[in-house]
This record gives sequence, C-alpha cells and structure tokens, in this order.
Amino acid sequence: MTKTYPKASRPSLDNVSVSIEKGEFVFFIGPSGSGKSTIIKMLLHEVAPNKGRVVVNGKDVTSMRSWKRPHFRRSIGCVFQDFRLLPNRTAYENVAFALEVIGKTKAVARRVVPEVLELVGLGGKEHRYPHELSGGEQQRVAVARAFVNRPLILLADEPTGNLDPDTSIEIMRLLDRINRTGTTVVMVTHDSNIVNQMRRRVVEIESGRIVRDQARGVYG
Amino acid sequence: MRVKYVLSEVLVGLWRNVTMSIAMIITMAVSLTMLGASGLMYRQVDDMKDLYYKNIQVSIFMEQEVTEQQRTDLQTKLDGDPLVKEVIYVDKAQAYERFKSMYQDAPDLVNAVKPDQLPESFRLTLNNPEQYKSVYDQYKDTEGVEEIVDQSRLLDKIFNILTSIQNIALAAAIVMAIAALLLVANTIQVAAYSKRREVAVMKLVGASNWFIQAPFVLEAVVAGLIGSLLGLVALVAAKYLLFDGSLSALQGLLSPITWGDILFIFPVMAGVGGLVSAATAWITLRFYLRV
Repeated sequence: MTKTYPKASRPSLDNVSVSIEKGEFVFFIGPSGSGKSTIIKMLLHEVAPNKGRVVVNGKDVTSMRSWKRPHFRRSIGCVFQDFRLLPNRTAYENVAFALEVIGKTKAVARRVVPEVLELVGLGGKEHRYPHELSGGEQQRVAVARAFVNRPLILLADEPTGNLDPDTSIEIMRLLDRINRTGTTVVMVTHDSNIVNQMRRRVVEIESGRIVRDQARGVYG
Repeated sequence: MRVKYVLSEVLVGLWRNVTMSIAMIITMAVSLTMLGASGLMYRQVDDMKDLYYKNIQVSIFMEQEVTEQQRTDLQTKLDGDPLVKEVIYVDKAQAYERFKSMYQDAPDLVNAVKPDQLPESFRLTLNNPEQYKSVYDQYKDTEGVEEIVDQSRLLDKIFNILTSIQNIALAAAIVMAIAALLLVANTIQVAAYSKRREVAVMKLVGASNWFIQAPFVLEAVVAGLIGSLLGLVALVAAKYLLFDGSLSALQGLLSPITWGDILFIFPVMAGVGGLVSAATAWITLRFYLRV
C-alpha cells in the first residue's frame, strides 16, 4: 500500500506490503519520519491509503465507513509513549472508563478490572491517581486499559519511549505475556536494546520502504 | 448506567462553566420570550381584525341642502349595489340623538348644536370591507354627497402599528437568537476542549459517536429548554402585570390573551429552543470534535 500525505514531497509509505499472522509479535523499527506511525494509523483506520488495501482481522477496512470505526476499534488495544491516562481518575477508574464508554455495566467492570490490574502487576495500587504512580506503573495502567477488553490486536507506539531501561524491560515482559495469551502485538520502537533482547520478528522501514523483514531479528 | 452517565455529564458540563451557561440561558430566554410574544401578537391581531372588520361601516354623509330626489336616488342605488350588505339611513333627528349620547359628558357642546346642523347619512355595511375603495369611487361624485368616511382606514393605521410592533419583536427575537447560538457554539467549544482527554480516550477504545457527542448536545438542549421555561414565566408575568394590570383599561379594545394562548405558544418556544440548540451544538461538534 501507498500513503502520501497532502503537501508531502514523497510518500510516507511507498508500496509497502506486510502480512502479520494472528498471534505474532512484530517490531517496526526505523528512523523518525520513516513511516512507522503511519502504519499504526492505518491499522486504527485513522488514515486511509491512497493505493492498496488494509485488512485487519480478515476484514478489508480500507473503505470502511467512518461510523463503523468505533465498533472496529473495540477489537484493537492501543498503548502510547505518553500513556494517555485521565489525570483525574484512579488506575481502577481509568481502566473501568474504557469499559463503561463502550457500554459495559459497572458490574462487569468490578469483575474484570481488578483481574487485569493484577495481571499487569498493579495489584494493591488500584486507587492511586496517575500522578501518584511511576512512569512504568502508569504505562502498566495504559496496557491494562488496552487489554481489558481482550482485543485481538495490541498496537504499541513506542511504549518504552519515556521509560528507563529497567522499567522498559518490565513493560516488554508484560507485552510478551499478553502476546502469549494469543493476542497479536504490533510495536513501533527506536529502542535497540529491547529489540535485541526479545528476538522477535523485525520489520525495518526507511523512507517509506521496507528494507528488512526478519524473523527473530536484531536492531542494527 | 449509560443514561445515568450521560445525564451526569450534562450537569457537570453546565456547572463547569456556569457563568457561560447562565449567559446562554438568559439570551435564549429573552429570544424565546420575544418569539413567543410576537407569536401571541400574531394571533391577537388576527382575532382583532376579525372582530373589528366584521362591524366596520362606511358612512356617506349628505350635503345640508340635499333634495328629496337625490336622497331617494342614492337609496335605490345603494339597495341595488352588490357590494353593499346593509344600508341604514340616519336622518337629522337620529344623528342628533347619536350626537347627544356620544357627547353626553359635554352638555355645552350638545346645547350649541341644533339637530338641523347635523348631516343626514347612510351607514353601509359592506360584504367585504376591503372593497371600500370601489364603493368610494362609485359614490363620491354622486349629487348630494358631501363626504364618504371609512372606518377601516383608521383601523388600518392601528393594525399597521400593531404589525410593526410584532415585526420589531420578531427582529429582536432573531437578533437575540443569533447571540444565543454564538454562545451555544462557544460553550460547546469550551466543553469539548476541557474534555479533550476523555474524548481522545473514548475514541481510542471505540466508544460510539453518539455516546461521545450526546453529553455536549444535551447540554445545549437542556440550556435551551430552561431558557424556554424562563420565557414562559416572562410571558405569564407580562400577562399578569401588563394585560391584566396596567393595560386593563384597554380591555375592550384589545382582544384578551387567554392562558390557553400562552400554553399553546409554549411548546413552540420549547421546540424552537431545544431544536435550534441541538443543531448548533451538533454542527459545532463537527468542527471541534472530529469523531
């Protein structure tokens, strides 16, 4: 697929074709502006390609109508570099909010949220506010929120970008654990340490083209 | 739970920016009051037109030295005129009686006037009061006719004044409505900005569009409905204080405004207030909350 943003001199993604199997763990690496984030945005149906197709969970979403997008998003969890938590809500409330706004009852939240917070290792810290948590703990809340709805795919856009190496490793262990439950994990990163340690599939992008696609790859 | 969530968001939203909410509600209330008042006046003027034009008369006054022949000719012509519904002949004596009763408070004036000095006249009721002009043209040059007076011309003046008051009220309603709409748009922008984090998360996790937008739209609708309630209160107060109070002397002149009229106009005000606010909020969200 190809994506050219208006006013851009060259396409952000140029004739890129990637296929990710269910249950895979894939790193997208490459310098800033190489087009990694555009891939994430296309998977989220935030932007559409100019040419080519985007197929997610076996469904062609290239020309999906925008009113269908909310329902589509429920099958994808998202984690970002800046956590994107609600500052005036506790860890528990942040996760429960994600359930409640898609129509789940409070009873469901009461059952599911403590479970998933336990899973990400935040048992006992449910009622802390984001500013009372460390960066790593905040990212755990974000992962819990992305995973609480049991999505088929977890997208992580530089989830360790704001964290120190040790904390980053912990977050990666968490993502690995989630991947083992059968969830496909797609992660965009700059972090060579992590890529080298994990030894998973690596897709390297440069100037909108795939220059490497390697199972059990390393960064450099 | 979702309904409860949406409603609590609405209240929180109105409270978060309470000065703006009050400004929005007040302008809305004034606008809707004007709208309601001009609506009431529209009915009022219609009622009055029916009432007055039905009883309207055209008077043909005769010259002092009109001859018997001229009078009989005119009478015959009027009787055969298809425009004329009814003809009443008023002779000098009857005119004097009327004059006396009309000016009974001024005996000096009555004493100064002799029955002889008052003109005889024909009082015509027309089939259609608006055809006055053709009646006038037809009889103005008839021998023995001094003057033709049409009451409807006086009424037209009164109704012109009422209609222009009504138009002014309507214009004020529109101007205030524009102010109210801008305030609604502004309130929604502020609300969308202060809730941008929540909205971003909601979009991310796949909350439906209506669920994201409903609190904002309902916030505007609630303000519109409160505004229309205040407008209703204002109209009720106006009826109490003005029509039943200081203007009650004009009771016989103005047809009365009933509670029924006000109750009839209220749903119109509430509907306009609610729908217009909802539409404005929704359109504003198109720009400030791309979902």
